[in-house]
Amino acid sequence: MADPRVVIVGAGPAGVRAAETLARAGLVPIVLDEAERPGGQIYRQPPPAAARDASALYGFEARKAEAIHRVLDAWPGRIDYRPRTLVWNVFGNRLDVLSRDGHGELSFDRLLLATGAMDRVLPFPGWTLPGVYTLGGAQIALKAQGIAIGARVAFVGAGPLLPLVVHQHAKAGVQVVAALDATPFAAKVAQLGGLATAPRTLAKGLWYTARNRQRGVRAASGIQALRAEGEGRVEALVWRDSSGAEHRVACDAIGASFGLRPEAQLADLAGCRFVHQHETGLWLPERSPEGRSSVPHVYLAGDSASIGGADVAELQGRRTALTMLEDLGRDVDASEAARLDRALARQARFRRALDAAYPFPRHLVDAIDDGEVVCRCEGITAGALRAAARERGADEANRAKALTRVGMGRCQGRVCGEAAAALLAKSTGSDVERIGRLRAQPPVKPIPVVAGAS
Amino acid sequence: MSIERRRADVAIIGGGIAGCAAAARLRREGMSVVLLERGRCGAGASGVNFGGVRQQGRDFAELPLARRARPLWDTLSSHLGEEVEFVASGHVKLARSEADMAELERYARAAAALGLRLELLGRAAVQAQLPWLGAGVVGASLCAEDGHANPRVVGPAYARLARRLGAEVREHAPVRDAARDGEGFALRTDALEVRSRFLVNCAGAAAGRFAAAFGEDVPLAPLVPNMLVTEPLPFFIDRSVGVCGGGIYLRQIARGNVILGGGDGWCDAEGLRSRPLTAASLASMHDALALVPGLAGSHIIRTWTGIDGEMPDRIPVLGWSQTTPNLVHAFGFSGHGFQLGPIVGEVIAELVAKGRSASPLAPFAIERFTAARAPTASPNPVGINP
Amino acid sequence: MTGLLRRAVERRGADVPITIDGAPVRAKEGDLLITAVLLHRTSLRRFEFGPGERAGFCWMGACQDCWVALADGRRVRACTTGVEPGMAVLVEQGSIAGDRRG
Repeated sequence: MADPRVVIVGAGPAGVRAAETLARAGLVPIVLDEAERPGGQIYRQPPPAAARDASALYGFEARKAEAIHRVLDAWPGRIDYRPRTLVWNVFGNRLDVLSRDGHGELSFDRLLLATGAMDRVLPFPGWTLPGVYTLGGAQIALKAQGIAIGARVAFVGAGPLLPLVVHQHAKAGVQVVAALDATPFAAKVAQLGGLATAPRTLAKGLWYTARNRQRGVRAASGIQALRAEGEGRVEALVWRDSSGAEHRVACDAIGASFGLRPEAQLADLAGCRFVHQHETGLWLPERSPEGRSSVPHVYLAGDSASIGGADVAELQGRRTALTMLEDLGRDVDASEAARLDRALARQARFRRALDAAYPFPRHLVDAIDDGEVVCRCEGITAGALRAAARERGADEANRAKALTRVGMGRCQGRVCGEAAAALLAKSTGSDVERIGRLRAQPPVKPIPVVAGAS
Repeated sequence: MSIERRRADVAIIGGGIAGCAAAARLRREGMSVVLLERGRCGAGASGVNFGGVRQQGRDFAELPLARRARPLWDTLSSHLGEEVEFVASGHVKLARSEADMAELERYARAAAALGLRLELLGRAAVQAQLPWLGAGVVGASLCAEDGHANPRVVGPAYARLARRLGAEVREHAPVRDAARDGEGFALRTDALEVRSRFLVNCAGAAAGRFAAAFGEDVPLAPLVPNMLVTEPLPFFIDRSVGVCGGGIYLRQIARGNVILGGGDGWCDAEGLRSRPLTAASLASMHDALALVPGLAGSHIIRTWTGIDGEMPDRIPVLGWSQTTPNLVHAFGFSGHGFQLGPIVGEVIAELVAKGRSASPLAPFAIERFTAARAPTASPNPVGINP
Repeated sequence: MTGLLRRAVERRGADVPITIDGAPVRAKEGDLLITAVLLHRTSLRRFEFGPGERAGFCWMGACQDCWVALADGRRVRACTTGVEPGMAVLVEQGSIAGDRRG
């Protein structure tokens, strides 16, 4: 019997470890990735001409990053790695792909979606000014391009990424004028016990924070509101602290976002069931602990199934590959699976504490002015959403999209979806779970209108 | 679960444009209305179609209806109290051969007799007036008063109008059973029982099931239009475009997105789920690029489809039931019901409230599919079809 | 012209000549287009539906904010496109869409 065709979408930590596990078992998995080099975002590699020392790029995680980078090359002929390939649709057992060769189609027997995550965004006045980037975006600019988004940068976050990005920038000689946490300090204190279940990770976070304080970076927690000011580009960040006092700092760039959210559009198109995770407010594709989705032959691993970070992604990549092998009738090392399950259970305890330590600061959009843009692509304002909710029956995400155009732009709601749901919920007296989520529609990213395609 | 009970003069199955427009009009006639929509009003075929507000190219049987509908579009936004983005951009139907052109000429002559004014453009005129067209277009027929609107907002706006006028519009209420009940009708959803004097079957792609429930089996087939939209582009396509023989149609909105379609998507056997199909999307891209070279370099940002209902002769079923008094059918709009939606609502209301319609409906009689086994009794003691 | 971005790390390697609105600019091998343009400019294009300019947002090809027009008619996503010699980027001169009043 011919070997089953296993396709993995994503060459980040989860996809790479899954490929390795499958290759070790004798299969030749196909790994498709949009980027030119493996690593995903967390271990993103600069273009070769912009290469730098791994410790400069990844700090404490340098060894892990380099290990991930080496995997695909370590199995010559045993992993069919296809970079620069966009998977823009999945239907039945077929993927639509776009690569340098143009449009193509790839069928699969088993599919692993390991498509990672992106920054979780909330709008604030001035957020569309040039010079305002996501927190993760600022990190990528520094990592992949050696670029600082400005000379005097303010950072705003709601997760462990904040102290890390501040540290990375300060270490690179960038002047960081503010490091603002939109979640309460008390939440972190309350979760100390749970966070201590991953002592090395906790220690790193504390170390970054201490280092930043040592450097004199101005920090605050529990901020209640923020706005960017400037003409043509960012010139200042203004925020309201937990006591209600307003502060202002001159800056020429802002890196601001509030956690991560899964990139799960392909899971949606594959027909996966989604569940609303109350702790985080995220919509996640349903995933069994072993990695199965609700759709036979479709598996999920890494941040695109639920936010867990790079270490969890590696573990899940390996674990899910074992599940795939098992489902294919191959022999699987049960003790290896059990070891991975135990490691994942430990990580899950930590993750629960982390989620509670950094609750998604939805309150930032509650009072946003009607005139503020919520949908970045289409320029749809908070007022338009509220009016549609009040007057036109927009009590559900896709209905709101049809009536107001929110989410109809190029990003298909990646950036505006959370804020839109929060505003609609507030305006209809509902909750974000009932508002629902925007349905993915192919192509998951824009594809060129091409000739010779019939 | 406790069942809610409702009584009304008229029960309407299907909350698309036709059903909601009928509900609004019937309220103005003083009749009580319950409308049952399985999903969200206007989110079926009414909401996913191309958005063409078009008279040109229709079967001549439809032209009187389309002509009657046309003026409604001029004031629809104020009538509904919501902007429907109607633009009388003009619609050009393109000829890519002399045979195509001859067909356009024939159509134009016959359409003139029915009051539709079309202007024929030769090759030079096409190049002058439509410079953004690629090579291969030998001529065109222009209907200057045709145009397009935003299909996603029209149905929902009609539903809100109907509600404001006192119609009871229930969404997420799929009708499980519909049957005769004495002199009237009884409908059942999961949570509702509705009894009515009149029943309107405008259930779109699902209407065949309800027609069959009253002994009228019709060959209604799903029609799944494959649609694409580009990112916003500088505005340059100033007419809505179709081609002889079908295959590709496109329009550009003021915001700059170009909507294009042609070919079919996929739907499941139950007619509930649908997906655009890549082969159709790629073919449409190819055809659009050949037709409008200026689209080169642009990107498709979204594709979609939905499920419409198609009759073999590509004109709808519209009019009284042949088997059951006080039952009106309005379905099978075969991919071009959008422009007719407002007037179909009027026609339904005319039939129900007055027993007859001002529009000629004979070509749309359900008998044309069921006559072979239908009883010959008069369908309706209240009125007759003109 | 001062751009939005700064090099935090000195880049060695070959220069890559490009133009921005016709003006010659020297990028470096390994630069993404977003880097190359925004080291010299403060935006990538004008926003289609209102006042203001756009300069990218997420740096990872997800938000679709950094689309930029090239003189040869191509539109590319600046954060996932590497510079190539001779690229002619249109920022001020880029064609914008439809109704800028929104």
